[in-house]
Amino acid sequence: MTTIDAPRSPHTPATATRKVNWEKWGWIYMRASGILLVVLIFGHLFVNLFLGTGVRAIDFAFVAGKWASPFWKVWDVAMLWLALIHGGNGMRTVINDYAHGRGRTVLLVLVAASVIGLIVLGTLVLTTFDPCPAGAPGNLVPSFCPVNSK
Amino acid sequence: MWSWVLHRITGVAIFFFLLVHVLDTSLVRITPEGYNAVINTYKTPILGLGELALVAAIGFHALNGIRIILIDFWSVGTRHQKLLFWIVIALWIVLLAGFAPRQIINIIAEMS
Repeated sequence: MTTIDAPRSPHTPATATRKVNWEKWGWIYMRASGILLVVLIFGHLFVNLFLGTGVRAIDFAFVAGKWASPFWKVWDVAMLWLALIHGGNGMRTVINDYAHGRGRTVLLVLVAASVIGLIVLGTLVLTTFDPCPAGAPGNLVPSFCPVNSK
Repeated sequence: MWSWVLHRITGVAIFFFLLVHVLDTSLVRITPEGYNAVINTYKTPILGLGELALVAAIGFHALNGIRIILIDFWSVGTRHQKLLFWIVIALWIVLLAGFAPRQIINIIAEMS
């Protein structure tokens, strides 16, 4: 028979295990990544939606101009990983609250697959990005591209 | 309870936007024309209001997230949780008062 410790009983070797407490680390991750994401996402929104003409200014050349700087590449990669894992873990919490049995498993697998797939996709896009794709017209690419220096 | 409900609803909404946003941004790796065509839909009046709703959702989730951290780690956070909630609402209104006029001006300018 399984025995349950009395409330507030000390953390004895009988209850302590050597396993990693993933729920605790998930809890800590939500708070640590949350603070970083407040800075990263408000910075992202300020530059892309508030400064200048906001969303009207965004096009391929705008993104290529930003990613010409390693600063924004690192910013966006960090935002991608932190936000998707934070969001995925949040969705896990919500699913565990409302879904049961097989439906719960299916939903958890879908969330995990979306998170992993988008982290891989986004990281590949950021690391292999070419600001001056061959054959692209000069008016669509940044001014520093060779097509614009003739 | 309402802060908890709003934190969930905004969190789930932001998650689904994030899925779409990583996909649309990934178009920069295919062609400039393709990316521009999709990002131009973000400049329409309806999605312009969508961005306002997105910023409202992110603003609440971020401010209430800071409140949760204060309740967890600040020795008197739990005692002042209700006051902290109203501070969240006040800062959220200030944030939207700063962003909404800018966004509405951009929506109108894009239409004309």
